[in-house]
Amino acid sequence: MTMNKKITTKNFFTNNSQLLVPLIAILLLLIFNLIRDPSFFSIGVATNNNGDPVLQGNLISILNGASELVVISMGMTLVTAASGGQDISVGALAAIAGSVFVKVIKSGGTISPALVLGAFLLCSLVAMIFGCFNGMLVSAFGIQPMIATLILFTCGRSIAYWINGGATPTVSSPIITAVGSFIPGVPVPTPILIVILMAIFFGLLFRFTTLNLYIQTVGINQNASRLNGIHVAGIKLLAFILLGLCCAVAGVIGVSRLSLINHETILLNIEMDAILAVAIGGNNLGGGKFKMLGSVLGAYAIQALTITLYAMKVPSTDVKAYKAIVIVLLVVLGSPVVKEAMARIRRKLRGRRSTALAKEV
Amino acid sequence: MDEKGLDISRRHREPITDTQLLLTITICIFVCMYVAAILIWGGGFKKPQMLFDILNDNAYLVIISCGLTIVMITGSIDISVAGVTALVAMTGVMILNGSMPFFSVLQASLGLADSSRIVFAALMALLIGLLFGLVQGYLIAYLEIQPFIITLAGMFFARGMITILSVDPQKAPQALLDILQKRIEINWLGSPNKNGVIIPARMEVGVVIAILIVILVFCMLRKMRIGRSFYAVGGNRQSALMLGLNVRKTRFMAHLFCGILSGIAGFVFMMHTGAGNATNATAGEMNAIASSIIGGTLLTGGVGNVIGTFFGVLTLSTIKAIVTTSGLRDPWWQSITTGAMLCLFILLQSVILMRRHRNKH
Repeated sequence: MTMNKKITTKNFFTNNSQLLVPLIAILLLLIFNLIRDPSFFSIGVATNNNGDPVLQGNLISILNGASELVVISMGMTLVTAASGGQDISVGALAAIAGSVFVKVIKSGGTISPALVLGAFLLCSLVAMIFGCFNGMLVSAFGIQPMIATLILFTCGRSIAYWINGGATPTVSSPIITAVGSFIPGVPVPTPILIVILMAIFFGLLFRFTTLNLYIQTVGINQNASRLNGIHVAGIKLLAFILLGLCCAVAGVIGVSRLSLINHETILLNIEMDAILAVAIGGNNLGGGKFKMLGSVLGAYAIQALTITLYAMKVPSTDVKAYKAIVIVLLVVLGSPVVKEAMARIRRKLRGRRSTALAKEV
Repeated sequence: MDEKGLDISRRHREPITDTQLLLTITICIFVCMYVAAILIWGGGFKKPQMLFDILNDNAYLVIISCGLTIVMITGSIDISVAGVTALVAMTGVMILNGSMPFFSVLQASLGLADSSRIVFAALMALLIGLLFGLVQGYLIAYLEIQPFIITLAGMFFARGMITILSVDPQKAPQALLDILQKRIEINWLGSPNKNGVIIPARMEVGVVIAILIVILVFCMLRKMRIGRSFYAVGGNRQSALMLGLNVRKTRFMAHLFCGILSGIAGFVFMMHTGAGNATNATAGEMNAIASSIIGGTLLTGGVGNVIGTFFGVLTLSTIKAIVTTSGLRDPWWQSITTGAMLCLFILLQSVILMRRHRNKH
């Protein structure tokens, strides 16, 4: 019985070895925090201004703050796997989606749930069209994804600015606040619930369609998948459209958090963090096999790092430098050369032990 | 006999390579655009000073784009270039105005004049560039970590270090700036001002440095062994390995060159602005990548030309100049037109390359 269990856990880790790096990163950060200050883990129930109970604490703020990054890195994983490149326009696309969202709500008069839902649907549509544009450049014209999305990266935030006519409008409404922070009566922050919804969406998509398999196939070998009757361009396009949807969701979360759209600062530099999350999650940035769970864990690891640095009173402008050092340490540990060297040392140790055993005998 | 000779000569005439074709397109488009600008908007564009202004403002961009082109030819990428440039500029300015205690003490103990600080700043620029090149090159080439992540961490580190050095903007003392910002006056390219007095065209020393670097890098890529191996490694790493090239060393050297060039670019940037600021050279890496792409360098490696990159920088900055002079004063037009032009270039290149490769097969 125990023997059996041992084998299954071992199998789990050999099958999911790529999840080890983000898991270890999160564990190390948590252990570091435990030693530094155990009160880091305290989760309390406070009452907010409306008198509703809400959860508070560093762990909750890690889960809550990472929401946009997690949603975008889900889409980024698909694009990376299918096209072998990265979309660097996600931040700009989220800004456009957020602008459209605000524009529709502003023009609608009284803010009702139906209006918010309509605004969300419309901004998703716009983001998916832009995603489609990126996807067309990549799939039909064979342009490398990073270059194709450089176009929208350059002008996306300006388009967002243009949509709102050169202003940064605010939208204050209990519904928007509910989306951005808490639904009355539910103590869990809404962005976390949205992330769970997105995870269920992708889970169902992979469970009931062959998309997962097709995306990996296209990423591994385009010609072979074409010869097997897979529509390569269509799969790539679909990956970009799904990323567009993710950007719209992230943009709406970002807008709702602050109840305003600022094209310059909304989700700034998130493209870099999202690519990092995909890479820390052990996915090959050159395309092919992927594990979305890895990217999600990677995103949470990045957010845990940021929150840890904030808790250590590092100024927000300096966080980048420390983040860089941790990232380099992580990827060096996970690099093939270091892994090989570690394996060699382990083998040597084992060899020594066995010779010692042999001598004893 | 004659016919046979002709046949041989025809067979031996080398077809125009992808690199040359893309270079020709870039130069043609730049010339057409500039001529169109002179014809349509006239005014400032008629004066040679306009071209010199563009060069003065973008000398640093020319240098970092050269470095980036080398890296891109080997099939790698460097996101950290603009961060290093900004860090070097900040360090240089702080050395010049004496807020780096180490250098002030050194200068005092050696009994040197204030102008020796310029030499210290230049040496420091080279040192920072060299260090970034060494570390990033080692991690990428010898530990085989994905270049995007390492150089992204490099960018974070450089940007974070700037704010750790100084949160407030720094300014160089005027006496030293007068030495640094000495301009070269070219009388025969001057143009008369409103009073009919001929104002000579002014060019900064940084432009001379930039053009020298373009020529040096061009010769290196064309004539030297290391330059040819950049192309070989970028074109096909496996074949380069089989030809007996030291692939790791070549990739390492590319990043080393890029780092040093970023350091020089930082010094040139400091000569131009004379100020250290956390927002120096923002989005410079994307501008440099865009310039290299417009100049005909492919991100996949093996194809590229530094002369093209030079014209890429000119094209990109001329677009911006045209937008500002043509009266589109709303802040969003500059990046939207840049994005549209980028889109046009990228599509044009991809269509031309696709047609050529279809004809070949």
